Amino acid sequence: MSETSFVRKEILTSQAPPLSEIGIVGWMRENLFSNWFNTLLTILSTVSVYLVLAESIPWIFQSSWTATSLNECRENIAREYGEGVHGACWAVIRERYLQMLFGFYPSELYWRPILAFVLMLAALSPILFPSLPRTLLLFSAIYPFAGYWLLWGGSIWGPTSIVAGVAVGFFGMQFVRYRVAMIGVLALSIYFFFRLSGYLQIALPLGIEPIESAKMGGFLLSVTIGTTGIVLSLPIGIILALGRTSNLLIVKAICVGFIEFIRGVPLITLLFVASTLLNLFMPPGTNFDLILRVVIMVTMFASAYMAEVIRGGLAALPRGQYEAADALGLDYWKSIRLIIMPQALKISIPGIVSTFIGLFKDTTLVSIIGLLDPLGLTTSIRADSDWNGIVWELYGFVAMVFFIFCFAMSRYSMYLERKLETGNH
Amino acid sequence: MKQRILLGTVAALTMSAGTVLAGTLDDVMAKGHLQCGTNTGLVGFAAPDENGVWEGFDVAYCRALAAAIFGDPMAVKFTPLTGKTRFTALASGEIDVLSRNTTWTFSRDVDLKQTFVGINYYDGQGFMAKKSLGVSSAHELGGASVCIQTGTTTELNLADFFRSNGMEYDPIPIETNAEAREQFFADACDVYTTDRSGLAATRASHEDPDSLVVLPEIVSKEPLGPLVRHGDDQWADIARWVLNALVSAEELGITAANAMEMAEGTNNPEINRLLGSEGNFGEMIGLPGDWAVHAIMARGNYEEIFEAYIGVNTPIGLVRGVNALWTDGGLIYSPPFR
Repeated sequence: MSETSFVRKEILTSQAPPLSEIGIVGWMRENLFSNWFNTLLTILSTVSVYLVLAESIPWIFQSSWTATSLNECRENIAREYGEGVHGACWAVIRERYLQMLFGFYPSELYWRPILAFVLMLAALSPILFPSLPRTLLLFSAIYPFAGYWLLWGGSIWGPTSIVAGVAVGFFGMQFVRYRVAMIGVLALSIYFFFRLSGYLQIALPLGIEPIESAKMGGFLLSVTIGTTGIVLSLPIGIILALGRTSNLLIVKAICVGFIEFIRGVPLITLLFVASTLLNLFMPPGTNFDLILRVVIMVTMFASAYMAEVIRGGLAALPRGQYEAADALGLDYWKSIRLIIMPQALKISIPGIVSTFIGLFKDTTLVSIIGLLDPLGLTTSIRADSDWNGIVWELYGFVAMVFFIFCFAMSRYSMYLERKLETGNH
Repeated sequence: MKQRILLGTVAALTMSAGTVLAGTLDDVMAKGHLQCGTNTGLVGFAAPDENGVWEGFDVAYCRALAAAIFGDPMAVKFTPLTGKTRFTALASGEIDVLSRNTTWTFSRDVDLKQTFVGINYYDGQGFMAKKSLGVSSAHELGGASVCIQTGTTTELNLADFFRSNGMEYDPIPIETNAEAREQFFADACDVYTTDRSGLAATRASHEDPDSLVVLPEIVSKEPLGPLVRHGDDQWADIARWVLNALVSAEELGITAANAMEMAEGTNNPEINRLLGSEGNFGEMIGLPGDWAVHAIMARGNYEEIFEAYIGVNTPIGLVRGVNALWTDGGLIYSPPFR
């Protein structure tokens, strides 16, 4: 019997892969230099990244933080880094960052917008993260009133009585049967408490210093307009999308008309209507808050886009889902709430978040109608003869803050998509 | 509150739209402050400082007007307005007076139904070029590329000037002043054109102002001044004579520092009439007798305001030029207080 075997019986010990295939070298070979075209692209990108950094890094760091005017900045930089060096004048940010964040809000009351912002995050968290206890949602429901009261101040009785009116109204709704009567009870209760608030304020004056809208500016303004628009546009958008896909002719016509009209008009036009045209319609002396007007227009604008995004989600659902809901004997609202919307919204998440981010960035357009949002403030700050001529530093700061907000939103949407991933495509 | 505003709006909308304007002075007194429309930011003319307090050449006029009415230069709130929103804000009653480097033109006065109450700065469109370009007159600019803000009268003036002189040019349209400045400094165009006050401010912000030259030609008339709505002559009178009081104060040598002292009486009857120690001009115009004293003490007389915000000792460094008093060969002139 021969010892020779024709088939290898023992397995060769595995050897380390060649050096060119592992580690940094292997990674580079695979990802950066896999063929001549990719190699060319790699070299070009490296050169351009180098050129950008070679210009910007010294500019960012050979800077002045302490000066009180642009000329002083230039002197400081010339003294410290040598004549002819171009450096950033970050001193303008040091002097004005509070103004960029809060506008002209009185500085001794900065705690109010800060508290409102922190509470806003707290109110959003049960909505954003389902693992938190559901009772927190109660706080989220109260927050819009609390946030409004913190920002604008004034009597505490106005917002509280509306909350009380809604609460009592909901309680009273348990005792009536018809939907119309329910709405009537709710409206009556809100109205009653609203009227009551005036007397309460006289009986027991309680409140904080009122702040007029003209004092709001900077990121405070952007975040206020942005979040109000975002929070309101989603429910309105859902209703519009449902209306548009509805079989009821009039509802459908109204929704289609609204959506197409708003989408056919640029946001700037709506803002101009809000700032100038509405004023001319109203009798002289009526003071209809400009920020409120802008919030309404921005919300309408975002709602129309949101409706179309959600309609896309509705259209992407297989017909079978609708039929299955019907087959279970669910009525329209139940089938929408339990079967259709959860799936449609999940499909629409990237589109919804894109709309949110777009809306938040669109808030900078209000500078065109003279509201001092961060971009509007850059003009005002440049108009100070100390800082005239500063461009990149201010825009850089604004861009950085916007990036933080938008990037956070974008990451959250990716988290949500992963979380809701159920694999049934 | 929001709801109350909403309800109020609905209620107000249902009321007849043809409400007649009450006396603006009464409205202002009832509000307790003056609402003044101004620029969202223009170097030297209007800008908020780091505490959010507005200051500037145009702003100072509103402070004087507020001081004349209330005795307090801070009793004024400012509405920042863009070039597009300024006239509707005034027409709709959102603001009481507009002091926003606005050029007095026929159509704005007649067609838009505004009343210009005077001229507080004579501006005009000019050109700025790099010294290295080697031109000394706008007539040598044939073939040059010009940075120009779009949608302004500046654009039309530029076209007129080059056409009437039979020269070609290459317009580089630009949206904002800040962008124009960056483009011009980055050599994207040979020449930058806008109002000469704006050119001076831009030049002052350059690292080496001496490398830029403002050409001597002025190609347009831009008389700037405050304005109010048509239809309330008493209010227009107040706005007009506060401006005149500031100019007369310079002519008569009344300053923020000595106004109080002079108000006790001097041997110049015009000073006495202006400051209220003789006659009853305050009563005639519907203001307290010492209205002009407070107006002058707000930010000083015309000269003090000019020198504090845009004069030669500021970074903008404008010389008085045509904006000198008529007695010094300029155009600034106030009718007499008599």
